[in-house]
Amino acid sequence: MVSLATRIGDLRLKNPIMPASGTFSEDLADVLDLSRLGAHVTKTITEEMRGGNPTPRVCELPGAMLNSIGIPSKGVQHFIDHVIPFYDRYDVPLVVSISAHSADDFARLCETISVPGVAAIEVNISCPNIEEDGKAFALRPATTFVVMEKMRGATDLPLWAKLSPNTGEPSEVAQAAEAAGADALVVSNTLLAMAIDIESRRPKLGNLMGGLSGPSLKPVALRMAYQCAKSVSIPVIGCGGISTVEDVVEYLIAGARAVQVGTATFIDPGAMTRLLDGLEAFLRRTGIDDLDDLVGSVRDEVAIMEVAP
Amino acid sequence: MSSLRALGAGQCGPANGPAFAVDTLVKANDPVNGEYRLMVLEAPPSVLDCQPGQFFHLLCPATGTDQPFLRRPMSIYGYSAEAGELEFLYKVTGAGTRGLATLQPGDRLNVLGPLGRGFTMAPDWQNLLLLARGVGLATLAPLAQEARRRGRNLVAICSARHDDVLMSVERFRGLGAEVIPVTDAAGTSSVEHLRELIEDRIARGEVDAIYTCGSNRLLKLAQELGAAHGIPGEIALEQQMACGLGMCQCCVRPFNRDGVITQERVCREGPVFGIREAMAW
Repeated sequence: MVSLATRIGDLRLKNPIMPASGTFSEDLADVLDLSRLGAHVTKTITEEMRGGNPTPRVCELPGAMLNSIGIPSKGVQHFIDHVIPFYDRYDVPLVVSISAHSADDFARLCETISVPGVAAIEVNISCPNIEEDGKAFALRPATTFVVMEKMRGATDLPLWAKLSPNTGEPSEVAQAAEAAGADALVVSNTLLAMAIDIESRRPKLGNLMGGLSGPSLKPVALRMAYQCAKSVSIPVIGCGGISTVEDVVEYLIAGARAVQVGTATFIDPGAMTRLLDGLEAFLRRTGIDDLDDLVGSVRDEVAIMEVAP
Repeated sequence: MSSLRALGAGQCGPANGPAFAVDTLVKANDPVNGEYRLMVLEAPPSVLDCQPGQFFHLLCPATGTDQPFLRRPMSIYGYSAEAGELEFLYKVTGAGTRGLATLQPGDRLNVLGPLGRGFTMAPDWQNLLLLARGVGLATLAPLAQEARRRGRNLVAICSARHDDVLMSVERFRGLGAEVIPVTDAAGTSSVEHLRELIEDRIARGEVDAIYTCGSNRLLKLAQELGAAHGIPGEIALEQQMACGLGMCQCCVRPFNRDGVITQERVCREGPVFGIREAMAW
């Protein structure tokens, strides 16, 4: 019997496949059996109502897409009244993604959302759209530490810090999040990017810039997941460009204890359960009984030996 | 699943039923005129419980130079559970439709649907007026099928640049509709002329509801006529989409709800909206 179960801190997941925030909602229940997923991760909510960015909000690239949705949100009260009850019927941990403009606002929202039915809070300190020029807390270790520490004091729920590939200091940011009390890292969010229509000379997104996702992002996010897993002892959840079972296995070998699937669901709404079945088949085929045996099993000593004299 | 679905779509009014991503078989994919092609797919019964106005999200094939990454939303031109067929009428405009145009009979095409909320037909809407231009006519075509099934009278005003690209006329006629073709070439498609034509019929009590698609000018006309004469109506809208299911929040459009501007998802709350709340683009 193959075990797909994994642990993210104190939280036990029956399998390591979950949606990435922003690519999942109750609507997917029309097409997919949501009870099969390892966790449910909601679209980021904010305390207040937000309208989101001007259209076009998405543009297509080879093997990738850009988005600048702008976190439209019906507000935290609507979420508590209408969204949490929907997920209550599933025996799957509900992870609520939150965002805010300041560390204090983040902390207050953590407190507000720490209600029955919520198993963990994913803190979107890396969304490249919400602040001017794409700046975000997760770009620097110091700002990461401040916001994570404030939130740690505001809730007893597990805190998952969603990091940004836009930082030049991934290991330091990861360590800052860990030091401030994060229970896990989600690595990573989208990569800030741009596309311009050469006929109209207008940026292809209404918000000018946006986040790159899809298979093209995978090598970048995988590299960062690896760096983070090497730098901290809290669990890393891999996220970025996963669309095949090979992608899932690659993240696990790099050190991720679970993975989030995002853009792939837009193209194949059954992607997550397909990957789940594929992962189980991979473990059987390779004679691995326990997912844990795969996590962090990358043979990276080889590269170091090669450069030795 | 049905109770979950109803809850999931709770804010969007009545759910339209489950959607499936299925492989279909191309039966035909031929040009109907210089600009448009008709694709006929052999589809399983699971996706053929459609409503007029709903759409499918198509996984368009990659070709030599084009690699469409996302699916493409396309309104349904025809559906028949009896024949096991699904039809799309499309114009080749970009990477996705260029890919579709390469499909040959026997090829497979993955489709996700049926999606969205379709047109409604209130019990007292006995006399229906369809007002559409260009490919908007394709979106309204299934309404003629439904009108016939329910024994409603239907008049279709089909507008186009010239006769050669005037589509669906035969299909509407075949479904028992009265067709009034108007074209730019014949000078009959102006808003003024259409207004006169429709107001004549309204005066005779022959218009209970107006359906439109595909033209800003026709939307405004339908709104003005509706407001002046108290006639309800619906419009099918388009917007660029990523997921097609409501998750990504990409396909929003503004709507005027009694003076309050709200953003709604075309894929989920639409693609059909009330004519009064729709905003010209």
